[in-house]
Formats: sequence, structure tokens, C-alpha cells
Amino acid sequence: MYRKILVRYGEMSLKGKNRTYFEDILIRNMRNALQGAGDYKITKTFGRIYVDCTEDNWQIIADKLSKVFGIVSMSPVLETSLELEAIEHAALALMQDNPKGSFKVAVRRSNKRFPFTSPEMNQRIGALVLRNFPELTVDVNQPDIQLNIEIRSEGTYLFNQVIPGSGGLPAGTSSKAFLLLSGGIDSPVAGYLSLKRGVDLEAVHFYSYPFTSERSKEKVIDLARILAGYTGKQKIKLWVVHFTEIQKAIQQANYPELNITVMRRMMLRVACQLAEREKALALVTGDSLGQVASQTMESLATINAVTNMPILRPLIGYDKQEIIDISRKIDTYDTSILPYEDCCTVFVPKNPAIRPTIEQALEAELHLDIQGLIDEAIEKTECLTVSNIIRPF
Amino acid sequence: MQVYLDNSATTPLLPEVAEAMKPYWSEKYGNPSSPHSLGVECERALTNCRMYLAQLLGVNHQELIFTSSGTEANNLAILGFAYNQRKPGHIITTSIEHLSVLNVMNHLSEQHQWQISYLPVNKQGLIDLKQLEAEIRPDTCLISIGLVNNEIGTIQDLASIGQIVKKYNQQQQQIVLHVDAVQAFGHIPLDIKKNNIHLLTVSGHKIFGPKGSGLLYCDHKVRLQPLFFGGGQENGLRSGTENLPAIIGFTKACQLAMEEYNSRLSQLKLWYNQLLEHLTEIPDHFINSPTNGSPHIINIGFIGIKSEILVHFLEAKGIYVSMGAACSGRRQSISHVLQAIGLTPEQAGASIRISLSPFHTRDEIEYAGKIINETVNEIRSIYQ
Repeated sequence: MYRKILVRYGEMSLKGKNRTYFEDILIRNMRNALQGAGDYKITKTFGRIYVDCTEDNWQIIADKLSKVFGIVSMSPVLETSLELEAIEHAALALMQDNPKGSFKVAVRRSNKRFPFTSPEMNQRIGALVLRNFPELTVDVNQPDIQLNIEIRSEGTYLFNQVIPGSGGLPAGTSSKAFLLLSGGIDSPVAGYLSLKRGVDLEAVHFYSYPFTSERSKEKVIDLARILAGYTGKQKIKLWVVHFTEIQKAIQQANYPELNITVMRRMMLRVACQLAEREKALALVTGDSLGQVASQTMESLATINAVTNMPILRPLIGYDKQEIIDISRKIDTYDTSILPYEDCCTVFVPKNPAIRPTIEQALEAELHLDIQGLIDEAIEKTECLTVSNIIRPF
Repeated sequence: MQVYLDNSATTPLLPEVAEAMKPYWSEKYGNPSSPHSLGVECERALTNCRMYLAQLLGVNHQELIFTSSGTEANNLAILGFAYNQRKPGHIITTSIEHLSVLNVMNHLSEQHQWQISYLPVNKQGLIDLKQLEAEIRPDTCLISIGLVNNEIGTIQDLASIGQIVKKYNQQQQQIVLHVDAVQAFGHIPLDIKKNNIHLLTVSGHKIFGPKGSGLLYCDHKVRLQPLFFGGGQENGLRSGTENLPAIIGFTKACQLAMEEYNSRLSQLKLWYNQLLEHLTEIPDHFINSPTNGSPHIINIGFIGIKSEILVHFLEAKGIYVSMGAACSGRRQSISHVLQAIGLTPEQAGASIRISLSPFHTRDEIEYAGKIINETVNEIRSIYQ
């Protein structure tokens, strides 16, 4: 019965002069998300977006839009004329699916030429609903269902469902950042959370073939593909850094307990240099405090010391279980747990240093040709554009 | 140079086989069950294949069932037999079977109250024939044995196993012998009748035939319950329109395997010895394959090397081998076969499987031997 969806966006409507910019990016992201969803038309009015659709595809559209950042909630809307009889008819049709529980009618009359006031309409429609659905009761404070009626100059809109959106800000409204994407559970979630705050995200993966297999790269591509669904563009750039020579050099430097520290420092250096070249302003990592040896405060400090670029760590406040819950929700979990070697597991020493200092790291790096290794790794870096729309042929 | 040494996983289609299959995609595409001439032509081709293979295997053509794979043939043999029994009984198999046998056994014991005995194997991968006999009980009705093991190449003593089955069958007990010959066909002589085999599995893509093709021989005295129901093709045992291109390709591959049997085998032995000579020069190695196994499989380990890393280093240099254990930092899944022959997890994790084809060249084997040697040293020097 629905042919229109009302889309609400929250905090971005507060953005003053920038509002049009945010709205335009949101609408672009919505259009990208709605590829293949059938016919629709998006219209922007004051503080709101309407999507005109058909009775057949409104649910598909609402489902796809529920993943678009910046949308707070949606309501499928019935649209009628300004005739009282038509409004009454539509109100009853809407309440058909909710014949039990408590309800409230909330009329907003922006069209002051409409002959009845809002309180009069509340009473009139409330009474009509009660007569027709004897099992419903009225509760004006905490109703199970709120029947909203908006009387506007162009017509009347009625709705009683609220579908939650993903919230946040439209992806791409903020500047560019580089996500360090491993094959694990955490980094895709960190990417998701940064996209939620509007980041224009690109991903960097450190590939140590042949210490790791091509399947581990395919797995990262699959993760990037899932993240692409949240970027607003339905695609994401994935930089695959040739990390093999660096791994070998670290291994051969022979400070086994500092392998992980030095490796992470090298990853940051490479990522920063690449990010600067590509005009990204920050890095995003999946670090959460204290889970593994490389994530103690001492480790983070020693690793972080190689750069001044801001490093965003969206997972810092999350427990492992909370991270897993998000990864399941965003659909990266099943891919993340596939058991292929990745760069973090190949050279794991028996006793990694838990509280490495900067001095220790510098000593372990003394004989590494750091800039030479970084330049070589970046030179052999491959840039893939990963789309979440799959075309096998 | 590219050297494919994973022929136990699958083999490339021979050009002759592809050629034979070609007309059956878009020209002779009829359904063998159709009444018109296009169907009849295809039915003729299908019957020819069946009769030819029957002749090749020394059996009746009505005893052959074309399947989609070795896995399907193993499932049909074991499940089809078990489902046809009035009550659950006892099966003897070995601990080093292919998963298409082991997981069927698990299913029968977990869901259908069958009792399964798994024979252990010695370091060479051989079962103990005395133990096999000792396991036979009055309710034992099926023995399922893989003739050549797919990971280490052990050849079981089929003649003696066949004799044991025959002995019991002469004493009123009915024991059916199923032989999984997927890795054996084309590599060792196979006499179905002489060895008292009742059920035998063959796969097409392991012998340079197409994927999606397999065969089950089923002795006319053995009754199976079908796993698929429908139009009653394959004597009612395998409904579904026959995959004629695959069947043609399978038959052609079998024909070539038999015609070239001796020359292929002597080539294989040549490559086997040549490669082994190189491999045994590598320090700190251990060979998991038995000395008298099938000449197409060498399972070998290198102390201190993770097989997964060796596999990827080799593939980067164009050499494709397989590993005995897939391990990662998070999880380790050790080959049940390597475990059964007594390897430790470290040894299994350091082992690779090299499986040869008769169609290599001397240069290829030379290159592979040299590169494997160099690569083991390279990895050892990185890890010190």
C-alpha cells in the first residue's frame, strides 16, 4: 500500500551553511545504494528527504537505505488528498496491521487553511480508530503505536511505522583516511565505525606473499567488498602493499622478540607515506587496548612514535565481544575467521616483547635500510578498486 | 617454467579427451532418453561407452553406474548398500580413507546406528591383514578399502584382502568388498573379478579426464538403494539426465590410460626416481611415503619448514605442490593420514605432497628438484 518513504536525517540538519553539502552527499550515497532496487525518485524538501517508490519495492528500498549512514530513521508513508474522508480512510488502512495495544494520534497541521485544528483532528481520528478497532486503547504518553498525520498544503501524509537507520554522518562528508586492513575481525569493524562518522575511506593491506597465500589476499578483497557497501560509493580503493621484503629484512635483523613491534612500525611508516601521497589526513587502525602484545599502551606508544599523522582507533573503547557483535551485524565476521596465514601470524615470535621501548625498537632497526625498504614496498604496491556489485562475466 | 606436481588433486584434460567431448556439447546434445534420432544417437554413444568400459574392466556393462564424481560413487556404494539393509550392521574400513568415505561412515554411525571399525595403519600406511580378519564379526557386511592412499601413495595388499573376503563368503557370511580405486586406476593393475571386488570407485579428473565424471562398478549380486530418485537412469540407481560430454570424456580418458598403461608407468617411475634423487640431497628431510608405494606420490617433510610457506614459495616459482597439513597461526588442521602413520603435528606441518604425472619432461623434473632444494634452503636461511 505504500508508495513513499519519509527519510529523516538527524545531526547533519544542524550543520548550518554546510547542510546542502551534507544533504547532497547523502542523496548521492542513497542513489548508489539503490542500484538495482527498481524505480524510485528522491526529492529533498526542508529538512527531509522523500523517496517515491512502488508498492512492490518500498521494502527493498527501505532495507537498502537502512545501511546508509546519515539516515536516522525512515517511515513508509500513505499520501492522500486534503479531503477529510480520504484522511479517515487512510488512517483506518494504516491501523489495520496493529489491531491490538495502545495508540495515539499525532496531527501536525502546517496547512492552516485546513478547516479543522490539530486537537480537533486528534480527537476525530482517535475516535474513529477506537470505533473500528475495539481492542485498541488510547495512551497519549507511551503508546505502542503512534499514528502520525501531517496536513500540508500539497496533501496529507500518514504513517505509523518507524524503521531505524544506521545513524552517523554520510560517508564521504569528512576527509580521506587510510584504514589498515588485515584479515582479522577488528580492522573491518574499525573501518565501518570510521565510515559511520563520514570518513572518506581507503584501505591498505600488507601482503607478504609467498609467506602468506593468495587466498589471504582474496579474503581481504572480500572484506573490502563488504566495507564498500558502507562507503556511500559502493566501492572502495584497496592498496595492496608488497610487504615481503620488509618481513624478510625484519626476520633477518634477528631481534625475534621485537619482530612484531618493528613490523607494526614499518606498516605505519609505509601507510603514512602512501597516505600523504594520496592526500589522506589520518590512519584508522583496529587497535583495542591490551588484547595482544602489540596493543599494550607501551607497544602502542612505541609503534605510534614513527609518525605525527593522527591515528584513529575507533575500537579503543570496545571489548572483544562487542567488536565481534558488530562484525556479525555488518557481515564481516564469517570472512574474518577464515583460517589463512596473514602477515600478523607468519613471523610470530615465541616470546614477543610486551613492553617494548622506543630505544629497543631503534636498536632493532639499526641495520634496516628503512627508507629504501619503504620506497620499494610502495613502488610495488598495487591499487585495486573493489566494488560490492559483483559481475562474474 | 611451470611444473604442476599436484596430480593427485586433479589433472589437466588431455587434448584427445577434449576433442572426443567436443561434439557432445552443441551438436550431439540429445537426451539419451528421447525417442527421436538425436536422442537415439546419444543413447548409442552412451551404451558404447558403458560397453567399452565393461570390456576394459572385465565386467558386465549393466554393472557400471556413471556418477558425477568419485565422491558420489563412494557415497552411492556405501550409503546405497547400507540403506538397503534391513537393520544396521558392522563395517570395516581404515583410518586413512578419503573424506568421501570417512564422512559417510560418520554419518552412518551417528544417524543410522551402524558400527564402524577403523583399522589403524603402520608407518608405511599399511593395514595389518590379521587385524582385518580379527575385526570381522558375524554382522560385518561391508569392508571398504582405499587401494592407493591419496596423500602418501601406500598400496594396500588387495589380493590378500580379496582372499579374506572370499574365504568368509564361502562360509555363508555375506561380506561385500568396496574398493576406492580413485588414486589406483591407471597406476596399478586392477582385476575386479580375481580380487573378489563387489564395488569399485573411479574418478575421471584424476586420470586426465573431465571434472564431473565418475564411475561405480557394482556387482550384479549386490543391491543398492539409490540416493537420487527420478527418471530411473543408470538402472534406476542414479536418476538424472546423463552428463554425456563428461561420460564420453571419462571413457576416452580410461581408454588412453589403459592403452598407454605401460609407457605411462615407466615414465612415472623415471620421474619418481629422478626427483627423489634431488629431494634426498636436501638436508634434514624425512620421507613419509612407503618405498613400494604408487610411483605418482612422494610425501616428504623438511625439518623446521612450515609446509604452507613452502607451498607458496614454490608456487611463486611456478611449482605447484600440495601440503600435508593446512596450518595457520589460529588453527591447525593436521592431515588424518599423516597422523595415522605416526607423524607428530610438527612433522605433519612440515610435510608436502608431490604428485607426478607421466607427461613431465626431464627438464621439468630437473628444474623442480633444483628449485625445491634451493627454496628449502632459502626459507631456512630466513628463519635461521
